[in-house]
Amino acid sequence: MEQIIKVRFSANGQHPELDLDPRTTLLDALREHLRLTGVKKGCDHGQCGACTVLVNGQRINSCLSLAVMHEGDDIATIETEDSAIIAALQDAFIEHDGFQCGYCTPGQICSAAGMLDEIRRGVPSHVTKLLGEETIQITDAEVRERMSGNICRCAAYPNIVRAIMQAAGAVP
Amino acid sequence: MEYDTPIAQTLIDQERLVGKPLDRVDGPLKVHGKATYAYEHHVGDRTAYGFIVTAGSGKGKAAFIETASAEAMPGVLLVWTWKNAPKQADPTMPNTVPQLHSMDVMHNGEAVALVVAESFEQARAAALAIAIQYETADGAYNFSALKGTGIVPPEGMFKPETQAGDFEAHFPTAPVQLDVTYTTPNQSHAMMEPQATLAVWEDDRLTVYTATQMANWTQNTIAATLQIAPENVRVVAHYIGGGFGSKLHVFGDAILAALAAQALRRPVKIELTRSQIFNHTTHRSPTIQRVRLGARKDGKLLAIAHENVVANLPGHHFFEPVALATTFLYGGAHRRTTHHMVELDLPESASMRAPGEAVGMLALECAMDELAEKLGTDPVELRIINEPAQNPEDDTPFSARKLAECLRHGAALFGWEKRNKKPGQRREGRLLIGHGMAAAARGNLLMPAKSEIMLTPEGRLVVKSSMTDIGTGTYTILTQIAAEMLGLNPEQIDIQLGDTDFPAGPGSGGSWGAASSGSSVYYACEALRQKLAALAGMGADARFEEGLIRSGNRSKSLADLVGASGLSATGEIKPGKTEKAYTQAGYGAHFCEVAVDADTGETRVRRMLGVFAAGRILNAKTARSQAIGGMVFGIGAALTEDLVVDTRYGYFVNHDLAEYHVPVHADVPDIDAVYLPELDDKANPLKAKGVGELGISGAGAAVANAVYNACGVRIRDYPLTLDKIMAGLDGG
Repeated sequence: MEQIIKVRFSANGQHPELDLDPRTTLLDALREHLRLTGVKKGCDHGQCGACTVLVNGQRINSCLSLAVMHEGDDIATIETEDSAIIAALQDAFIEHDGFQCGYCTPGQICSAAGMLDEIRRGVPSHVTKLLGEETIQITDAEVRERMSGNICRCAAYPNIVRAIMQAAGAVP
Repeated sequence: MEYDTPIAQTLIDQERLVGKPLDRVDGPLKVHGKATYAYEHHVGDRTAYGFIVTAGSGKGKAAFIETASAEAMPGVLLVWTWKNAPKQADPTMPNTVPQLHSMDVMHNGEAVALVVAESFEQARAAALAIAIQYETADGAYNFSALKGTGIVPPEGMFKPETQAGDFEAHFPTAPVQLDVTYTTPNQSHAMMEPQATLAVWEDDRLTVYTATQMANWTQNTIAATLQIAPENVRVVAHYIGGGFGSKLHVFGDAILAALAAQALRRPVKIELTRSQIFNHTTHRSPTIQRVRLGARKDGKLLAIAHENVVANLPGHHFFEPVALATTFLYGGAHRRTTHHMVELDLPESASMRAPGEAVGMLALECAMDELAEKLGTDPVELRIINEPAQNPEDDTPFSARKLAECLRHGAALFGWEKRNKKPGQRREGRLLIGHGMAAAARGNLLMPAKSEIMLTPEGRLVVKSSMTDIGTGTYTILTQIAAEMLGLNPEQIDIQLGDTDFPAGPGSGGSWGAASSGSSVYYACEALRQKLAALAGMGADARFEEGLIRSGNRSKSLADLVGASGLSATGEIKPGKTEKAYTQAGYGAHFCEVAVDADTGETRVRRMLGVFAAGRILNAKTARSQAIGGMVFGIGAALTEDLVVDTRYGYFVNHDLAEYHVPVHADVPDIDAVYLPELDDKANPLKAKGVGELGISGAGAAVANAVYNACGVRIRDYPLTLDKIMAGLDGG
């Protein structure tokens, strides 16, 4: 006899109640149960970043998190229509051709949204020159370092960086 | 229509839309997560989930398999092994990939069991509960130890041996000689979307939504394996999450999903796990490459030999055609290329982005750098000195070749003359700075292609072909071609791809997709223009503008002309006489600056430039992206990518994206790629050549040459990892 657990979280503003096998990852809950297939499965092991979503504003690999851990959480995926920065990134990715096959793209965009927020909150990275500074500049180097958990095998990297810099400038 | 004679002026030449940097027409879907990939199609709520168990041993037998506990687990609908899987075609029949057909394991990663359950979690748990004991056989796994056992593979798409003049007689007498051996490791495509399939039967007709580059090949392979008629297999692949060769073939996900869906009478979907991909599917062969160059003191090549050892499974004839570019890139009267294949009981070797050039130029273009140093000649000049007037092996003329222009333009843009010629001379703190360059060349191909177009009563143009868009931009460039030809706006074009119910496209491989499918659309548009002109009572002078057909001072609306049922036309192209009469290729030049940490041996690429000429560029934006993508593949090949073999048990050890190191954001600086204007009327009516693989060809060699220039360590064993650089720095 298998256990089924009820879980309810907000997904792009919707609040479905899900009856889930407790082994279900947040990624599979979104893709297979809520049909939010904009969230991608690239490795299922936290190694590629394609499954990145925002949980309470913070970026996570949804494949490394069980859905039942997210009771009451506020989850935003690439399908959200309620984020100025994600909308700006979406437009900028098209303008700068920040993708080819498109499979890593939702993860890149959600990751970029979370990443920009981390910089603004003063979270340092490996390339941050001065720790403890009030403001960390959004530079190409910071973006490259912080986005390195999102693999793009088509290697749109230079275009992605341009798109992120444009969106960061457009949405304060 | 066979392309026998170079085309004259065409409507494409006006370049009103073709060539412009149009944003990808599928971009909005992709950035909003609305583009549907194989596993994501929804065909009702009864879809069951499959999970494959792959062989955990090397060559041997899956002798004892215990499935009772898995069968008893919740939600399990079906458990198959070689004992009870449905009968399929014999594996010796051409074009078949039967699964679970025998207890024999040819290589690690083959499917040995399948579980289908109500949910993914149930299927995975039951798969893990299957107990298998293997009887292992003595397998051949050690490429370098077996390199002397290679045999000449049969000639297929490529020639294993070529020659002109008499290399053996003339190499020893050359005033300057270079004899070096380079090795490249197994490499993996590592595309982002895993192989995945959703299979659905309606009566005796199968539909597979699957991740494939080649919809029609996949259709035929599935039909042959299941022993059913190809017309009873429909393959759908609207969006594909990366190819690079990984989705040219059919794997366990497609065959087993199709069979299980048939047995269960409900849809079944299966995705390979990331860790299964590396051993279950294909990879690029390792290579051992001996390059010998004999030159005069002025740099003119007299003798060139490129002799290679590659590997594949017993009975598999595909060989990595390492020396493809060597046959035509540089002059020299006396030349030879050879390929020997070692049989290994490892997963199948097959095409990966630019089979041949991608690894062959890692050796050839570093050897040219070594020769330039021996001669005291600038590496750019050495290449220009050796520009041949025609193909140096078979004397066919080049269709269009701008290698020298790419080299000169690139050198000027990059500031090549400012580099230090002597290695190890420029230092910034701990960092040793170096510059390197390499030529790029990739043979151009045209494949048979068909498409159908229809002008609707609303004045929209619908284009249908089984052609795929694996991220290359097919949807976009076909939009540009169709709109250009019929005087419509891009917004009035609907491109429908990736469905074998449509006319057979060429598929995505070998960089032939855009030119081949685009040419079929070009001819379809020509045919439709003639039909429309006839309907309008106009002649050949009719102009198509803004949804109207015009002649003199008369004009008619296209929508009115086609009536209530619309108007269709088809277009087709096949390679013809120009294919053999000319040597066709794209060319380019890579320039790279690296910093090597003198203390750690860590190499960082600091800037990189590629200048290319590949016929007409159909979309400046997407073509630039493809070139950059190829160049980054080159960075990976040069510095990090190495699929490591466990030679005791016969498998790829680093079978995931944490251990198989592809370049990430931090590895890639602001690379740029530039195309020089060129029209190649010998290639196809679009006068365009392939760009998807040109960018990788030679790119890694430019990185390796820059590493040498930075620190004076010449490594001939790719990738150039820190340990090898440190050993060289210590030795020097």
